[in-house]
Amino acid sequence: MNHLQITDYTLTTALGAGVDVNVEHLHDGCSGLHPCEFFDISDLRTWVGEVAGLDEIVIDRQFSAFDCRNNRLALKGLKQDGFIESVQQAVSRYGAARVGVFIGTSTSGVHQTEKAYLSRENDTAALPDWYQYETTQNTYSVAEFVRAYTGCDGVSVAISTACSSSAKVFASAYRAIHSGLCDAAIVGGVDSLCLTTLYGFNSLQLLSEEPCRPSDIARNGISIGEAAGFALLQRPQQMAGVGLFGYGESSDAFHMSSPHPEGDGAYLAMQAALHSAALNPEEIDYINLHGTATVANDFSEAKAISRLFGNKTPSSSTKGWTGHTLGAAGIVEVIFSLMSLKQGYIPPTLNTQQIDPGIKINILMEGCSLRVKTVLSNSFGFGGSNVSLIVGEIQ
Amino acid sequence: MKPVYVDAVGLAGPGLPNWVEAVPVFSGNAVYKSEPLARYRPKLLPANERRRATDIIRLAFQAGEDAVSSNKNFDLSQIASVFASSGGDLDIIDNICRVFAGPDRAVSPTQFHNSVHNSAAGYWSIATGSQAPSSSLSACDHTFSAGLVEAVMFATVEAIPTLLVVYDISAPVPLLDKVLKNRTFGTAFLLSPVQSAFSCASLTVALVSELRDESKALSSELEMLRNDNPAAKAIPLLELLARKEGGLLTFSSPGSQYIDVKVVPC
Repeated sequence: MNHLQITDYTLTTALGAGVDVNVEHLHDGCSGLHPCEFFDISDLRTWVGEVAGLDEIVIDRQFSAFDCRNNRLALKGLKQDGFIESVQQAVSRYGAARVGVFIGTSTSGVHQTEKAYLSRENDTAALPDWYQYETTQNTYSVAEFVRAYTGCDGVSVAISTACSSSAKVFASAYRAIHSGLCDAAIVGGVDSLCLTTLYGFNSLQLLSEEPCRPSDIARNGISIGEAAGFALLQRPQQMAGVGLFGYGESSDAFHMSSPHPEGDGAYLAMQAALHSAALNPEEIDYINLHGTATVANDFSEAKAISRLFGNKTPSSSTKGWTGHTLGAAGIVEVIFSLMSLKQGYIPPTLNTQQIDPGIKINILMEGCSLRVKTVLSNSFGFGGSNVSLIVGEIQ
Repeated sequence: MKPVYVDAVGLAGPGLPNWVEAVPVFSGNAVYKSEPLARYRPKLLPANERRRATDIIRLAFQAGEDAVSSNKNFDLSQIASVFASSGGDLDIIDNICRVFAGPDRAVSPTQFHNSVHNSAAGYWSIATGSQAPSSSLSACDHTFSAGLVEAVMFATVEAIPTLLVVYDISAPVPLLDKVLKNRTFGTAFLLSPVQSAFSCASLTVALVSELRDESKALSSELEMLRNDNPAAKAIPLLELLARKEGGLLTFSSPGSQYIDVKVVPC
């Protein structure tokens, strides 16, 4: 494929708001995870990557119908790193109708619905007047909020394929630009803490009681995080900077909540990404793993990688810093990958002490400085939805 | 955008349990009578997954299986998919939120993994063995046109036959007061990048910025249905396909855009 330039990007995670503070902590090894004190939860022993200050955010009056935790997080994210100004430049350059919006989310504003149900006096009462379904709970809500807030008027969609959602948006935006539907696209992901995912992953016995330890022999589940990240994609502007070089998508066709044990779906997605980028496996300098720290995911992903790449490519999971940000994980980890390109630095796998001997790939335990020209980032979701993206330095 | 070819159509709506029975209604040769859909038993799903399939997954399967069962030459393992639903599984959201409001917060693990917006897509890939790309999306009331655009892009850019399934269930009480669209409807289109003996029409999709009137259904009963479910916005296209007629249709899209679809019978 012809690459797309990633001209601007921003992210907000438990590490802080904006790219710089996130990068700082990737270097200093300071995690964003803390024991869960989210909302009224007192019966879950787990750690979460919570973004500070969302309760105090006020959404502009004009957009007040969108007010919910997920859209507050989206707003906080949009306001960092001059991202809105960059989008406005694209809108002036191409016209609002030519800038598309592709946002990934898994649970959208479900926490608003949870609060509405909790506020009822009894099981047969109506939902409260303040509760607005379409602009908060509906899966599309966050994409419409981003579209309206930034003044874009192109094709717009929310993609919701669980934990691959905000990796999937890159493929969808590529297709839209390639098809001539738009000239530039905001891609992003926003997912926020809610009772549904915390108690839901707990019911599947996939929540760790400690900060998650990807690839560790004693790993025992995920830590859930929340995040908002956005990037602006355009046709190549110049022969420098960073870009989307390739993408690969596949389905496991295996199980709703367990990955294929041999990583067949992951293998197909990575292979397709290499094919679309016209790169050989040895040309990938770093793999940012999906690396959730569940027993099954880390085995399955490592098996797929070792089949395709062998055991040399430096690989790490950054979920020990942010937690698993679910529908936002794709964009967060693409932006971490862009930082590796820019800074020539590969972060280690935080919290991991002893690598599982069954994981036979090159898991980095220490950060390393290295010239990085291409990075492959994996995102896999429930329902067997797999996406691999390749980003690289434009030369 | 390049044209795609409609190789099969599927349907699952009130009083419209499949495409064959819907054709006389959509072509104006039979009166539309709304009747609740019977609970569908997916044919392609293994027993374990079938037992766990919720109403919205069954609705998506009813439409999807209706489309792909029309011709046994389709190789289901090689077909990509786009599952488009405005609200996803509102029954599960209601159930889970009720649990949180109750005395203990024990969510069912099956309900939780079924709560994802891509639940039907996950079951579909298991049922068909397809490891091809699949997407699941929403654009609220514009979900049909957004799904169509994504499916056309899959078919043309990735050059792979793609099944589009668009579906939404009516919301349970108390969400019903807030969701407003209260009918159940699903439809499916198998789109191919190349014309074949199975193709019944070509579709050419374009994004337009001028103010347009949305295409409406030809009868008042079907127009009510079109307004009562985001997936039912497909009805004007279904009517043209049932009548084997060509035409230019307009569907709403987010913001001030519209999606034009030029339909040419093959």
